[in-house]
Amino acid sequence: MAVQQAPPSEPRAPNPHTPMIGRQRPAGRGAEFWWWLFMRLSGLVLLVLAVGHVLIMHVLEEGVDRVDFGFVALRWNSLFWKTWDWLMLSLALVHGVNGLRVIILDYVRRPGVRAGLTWFFNILGVILFGIGTYVVVSFDCSKWPGAGC
Amino acid sequence: MPERSRNPVVRAREKAQEVVSSNPRIRSKARQFGWPYRGREGQWSWLFHRVSGVGIILFLFAHILDTALVGWGPEAYNKVVAVYHNPWIRLLELGLVAMVMYHALNGTRIMLIDFFPKLTDHNAALFWGEMVLFVGSMIPITYIIGKPVVEAWF
Repeated sequence: MAVQQAPPSEPRAPNPHTPMIGRQRPAGRGAEFWWWLFMRLSGLVLLVLAVGHVLIMHVLEEGVDRVDFGFVALRWNSLFWKTWDWLMLSLALVHGVNGLRVIILDYVRRPGVRAGLTWFFNILGVILFGIGTYVVVSFDCSKWPGAGC
Repeated sequence: MPERSRNPVVRAREKAQEVVSSNPRIRSKARQFGWPYRGREGQWSWLFHRVSGVGIILFLFAHILDTALVGWGPEAYNKVVAVYHNPWIRLLELGLVAMVMYHALNGTRIMLIDFFPKLTDHNAALFWGEMVLFVGSMIPITYIIGKPVVEAWF
């Protein structure tokens, strides 16, 4: 019985008018597909969180000149900004560490160095996520009398 | 003598293939993997996306640590955040904001093409539209961030 088989995935047609565009969507529903989807969905959320953060902290009013302990304490007195900053921290870290993984896969050929670098950034990411989460969640404005809240 | 195409894209490709065939090391790689670099909007937007992404994540690693000092009170945090008010560091800040803006706009183009594949044929137009938005947003941002720097120097 002849079984209809899907054609093997071909490289992109060598049409000089169509440039290569980005990363091809990984076939199937394996881990790479979910990472591919995560990068796009987290990117969509970070479009609001990270661009908003940059505009608020660096561009609007006096930008970074007005940022000091009192400014951050006042912001983190509100659950909204705490949630914003924690969500941005988590998504940006995972998005960035996975981006580094993909870049390391592309350029580092020696298996030991490749695995070592990937794990270095994975572990760094977990540690920084722990530190960041602890600081954001545990921050209590009333602990600091001079903070103005 | 073979006739040269009048299309600049085709000519650029032929030039690249000449370079490939004259270098044995690249030639063997190109035989194995094909020739991935096709120049123009596709390649450059991709390269800038990677470079800006690496720049942003390296800054983020440092930024999580400096922000964590908020947990140690005003004295520790204000000492570190004063670094960001230095005019020289503010030039780096401008570069960081530019990388974030580019990464965000270019990521939007990638998502548009990935989720609406028909837009692939308009990639160049999307890229140049993105460049207009990028430059258009960076002009006021450069003015706002650069003004205090210039005032501090003169």
